[in-house]
Amino acid sequence: MHTPRPSTEPLPRDAKEFRPLTGNEAIARGAWEAGVRVAAAYPGTPSTEILENLATYPVEDLHAQWSTNEKVALDVAIGASFTGARALASMKHVGLNVAADAFMTATYIGVNGGLVLTVCDDPGIHSSQNEQDSRLYAMLASVPVLEPSDAQEALDYTKLAFEISEQFDTPVIVRGTTRLSHTRSPVAVGERVVPPPRGFVEKPSKNVMIPAHARARHLVVLEREERLKEYFATSPLNSCEIADTSFGIVTAGTCYPYVREVLPEASVLKLGASWPLSEKLLRDFCETVDRIFVVEELEPVIEKEIAALGFAVSGKSLFPRAGEFSPEVVRAGFVKAGLLPPQPVSNGWTPELVIRPPVLCAGCPHTSSFLAVRAAGARVAGDIGCYTLGCLDPLRGLDTCVAMGSSIGNAIGMSKAGETKPIVATIGDSTFLHAGLPALIDAVYNQANIAVMLLDNHITAMTGGQEHPGTGKTLRGEPAPQIDYAALIRAIGVKWVRTVDSYDLAATQQALREAIAYRGVAVLISNRPCVLDPVKIKGPPLEIVTGQCTACQSCMNLGCPALTWSDQWFEGRHRVKIDPALCIGCTLCAQVCTIDCIKIAAPVTP
Amino acid sequence: MSETSIDAAPAVAPSAAKPPFNVLIVGVGGQGVIMVSKVLAALAQWRGFEVKQSEVHGMAKRGGSVFSHVRFGKRVWSPTIAKGEADVLVALEWAEGLRWLPFLKPDTGIFICDTKRIVPPFACLNRTPGAPMRYSRETADEVASYVAEGYAIDATTMAEELGNERAANVVLLGALSNALDFPVADWETTVADFVPKKTVAVNLEAFRLGRTWVAEARAPAADVPLVHAPVAASYAPRLEINADWCKSCDICVKLCPERCLKLNAERVAELAAPEKCTGCRLCEWLCPDFAIRVHLDPQAGAEGTAR
Ligand SMILES: Cc1ncc(C[n+]2csc(CCOP(=O)(O)OP(=O)(O)O)c2C)c(N)n1
Ligand code: SF4
Ligand code: SF4
Repeated sequence: MHTPRPSTEPLPRDAKEFRPLTGNEAIARGAWEAGVRVAAAYPGTPSTEILENLATYPVEDLHAQWSTNEKVALDVAIGASFTGARALASMKHVGLNVAADAFMTATYIGVNGGLVLTVCDDPGIHSSQNEQDSRLYAMLASVPVLEPSDAQEALDYTKLAFEISEQFDTPVIVRGTTRLSHTRSPVAVGERVVPPPRGFVEKPSKNVMIPAHARARHLVVLEREERLKEYFATSPLNSCEIADTSFGIVTAGTCYPYVREVLPEASVLKLGASWPLSEKLLRDFCETVDRIFVVEELEPVIEKEIAALGFAVSGKSLFPRAGEFSPEVVRAGFVKAGLLPPQPVSNGWTPELVIRPPVLCAGCPHTSSFLAVRAAGARVAGDIGCYTLGCLDPLRGLDTCVAMGSSIGNAIGMSKAGETKPIVATIGDSTFLHAGLPALIDAVYNQANIAVMLLDNHITAMTGGQEHPGTGKTLRGEPAPQIDYAALIRAIGVKWVRTVDSYDLAATQQALREAIAYRGVAVLISNRPCVLDPVKIKGPPLEIVTGQCTACQSCMNLGCPALTWSDQWFEGRHRVKIDPALCIGCTLCAQVCTIDCIKIAAPVTP
Repeated sequence: MSETSIDAAPAVAPSAAKPPFNVLIVGVGGQGVIMVSKVLAALAQWRGFEVKQSEVHGMAKRGGSVFSHVRFGKRVWSPTIAKGEADVLVALEWAEGLRWLPFLKPDTGIFICDTKRIVPPFACLNRTPGAPMRYSRETADEVASYVAEGYAIDATTMAEELGNERAANVVLLGALSNALDFPVADWETTVADFVPKKTVAVNLEAFRLGRTWVAEARAPAADVPLVHAPVAASYAPRLEINADWCKSCDICVKLCPERCLKLNAERVAELAAPEKCTGCRLCEWLCPDFAIRVHLDPQAGAEGTAR
């Protein structure tokens, strides 16, 4: 057995002050301190607050913007880096799929000004469509990944990422997870230091990726990966904490605190840089301890590297490959391995749990759109946004949902494959601008017979209300040119374009019926704003004349959270009541009431 | 709440030797869960502890369940609290409190719960006559038998009486303050920092109400049971469709919430899945030609007593 490596020193920092920051706030602070000049992103939980926070720093320090999608955001950052400025692009894990095309070649080009991608994974799928592991992209692109384990490291690593980026001429990924993004802990903050300007470097063999140049650059990338491994072999980013050598744990990022919670005294190799992995670093640790465990969320990236070095290692046989980790999950794995005693924990409580999924808000403008598609008996290709919630009971108005902007392409495919029901694609305004527009052009070009409902609620609602090119405001709230959807859609050749107020159910249903009847591409724009963002809308609430209610449950079919059962009933069913605090007065329930017993509530005189 | 509270709340002083103190705060989107956890986290940091406060937002705004973990102590590793390890569970909504009960320490955990019920639309979807509301039926006393120490507080009504329903979360903060030995003055300063300027006075009043309520371990508001419709289904629905009057408009087929109607080969409405029909009468009311009649044949018992 080898002599254990001593633990390395913590990263040097010139701390001025401790502040309680979330991981996202700390990343933003780190980027600002590193002198970032340009930052761009498309919102996506859990990454959204990174740009929202960067936008709170002075406009003289940096330009921060919402881009139409993640690829544009990354291209903006790459462009800034070309000119020698430090630049950041931020996205959620699936955003990297969208940006991947630019990313896979940006790695060949390298950087001029430091280029950092902050990518937030969502293990456990708290609010996403999948839980892919961004480290696999880093492998594919031969790009380094730094994985902070708490907010302090989020700040430190982000700063360091810019240094590494410039030192090694490479984009760098700072990988977070939902848990890092949304955990608040004290952080020592520093000052902003802007590196001297570098200026554009005219070097076509590095900046213009034609085949001849790219062939040479690929070799540079491979050689760079070797140098990065050497660097990470001794960097304080990776720390080796040796105690008892009967077993040792290799871990990274937000898994590290769980390991320490469960086994505070164990020997741990903590990887602050989880890609590329230095064989020497891994080998030294693995030879020091008798049994090796790898605790990593999602894919077995570290485990496979260690196994490839010829060590017996336990990872995914003990800790799941799907879902988010927690102290319980990590403990269960070590119990299974026989290192910890089983913990009987129970207070004997086995209640029937109340199902409480997120629902469309009271008065949400999307509700009637799904009543309309349902009444039209349509096959509905859905998309991603608040309106995806229209798939739940009682609306059940949506048949598919794949990725941002997929609805229109899916609808084209359905129509070409001969689906017999009328085909409707439903897509939100932000999603339409993100990836829906090329698909709509495709529909026109290929003369698909589909109706598209553009659900223009004037905001990116699902992610918490961000501006976009259709809202007339920038990330910093400054006025901006505003997309005219009808003009845009006509310009690409759609002949049937109409706008409707979705609070008028009859008009919406009639318009959708006509859109479906039209042979070709028809686009129906519903233009009621979101009731939550950017301003909370609250009109006079409605009231049910309870004595008249026949408990038909017609209004309950809206799924409006302001409507619930009262303590009275009729023919064995609960009569309905309205919670005046939640009702915003959209009148939809009154429009569907079969006996007209829903009225505007008499104002309460205090 | 004499029978539900076992002991007066012990003052807990987290120390270097002890593991972190764990408080789980839960509720429904929009209730102010995050505000409660921010106050606690800020105060604990101010008192010199390392603090981690963790939540998952995203879907929370749209009426889903919200929860926030606050851990503080000399050294805090995991940002989340493991099952069975919460020292205190503060719930702003009744069913959410019950959902998280397994996270309380079985022997010493303190349960502080608003009796406020927010019934989600999902609980009211079954149209069958007599169908129950899908919401927790446990009484405060039943719950008390599962926890070491429990307080069911009608915080929402207390806040309403102060003139600001939104201060219910601060009433619960006041209740929580008994479980920790931080000075009252520090609590009040922190609360004042986190509420809108105009509402400082009412929130401080709410805080004090909650604090004294638990200190005096007062009886809970009378346990108001949920009212459920008669349990036995008293009606068997039967559809009478007049084929001559049906003009194949399809309205009933499309608007039936159970999707149990269809147009048959002659394009006349037909009850295709009678077992799904709940007799809600929507088709009867919506048919423009009065071609459908819904009969509710009484089975056992009569109509539920209207209250
Ligand atoms: C590639 C990708 N980027 C970002 C997201 C995060 N995301 C989910 S829904 C949504 C916005 C939807 O906005 P909009 O289409 O306007 O619908 P709304 O929520 O306003 O109804 C975003 C950004 C995602 N799921 N996938
Ligand atoms: S946030 Fe806006 S778009 Fe989303 S459910 Fe609520 S009202 Fe609808
Ligand atoms: S008017 Fe009816 S549907 Fe609209 S918010 Fe109020 S209760 Fe809900």
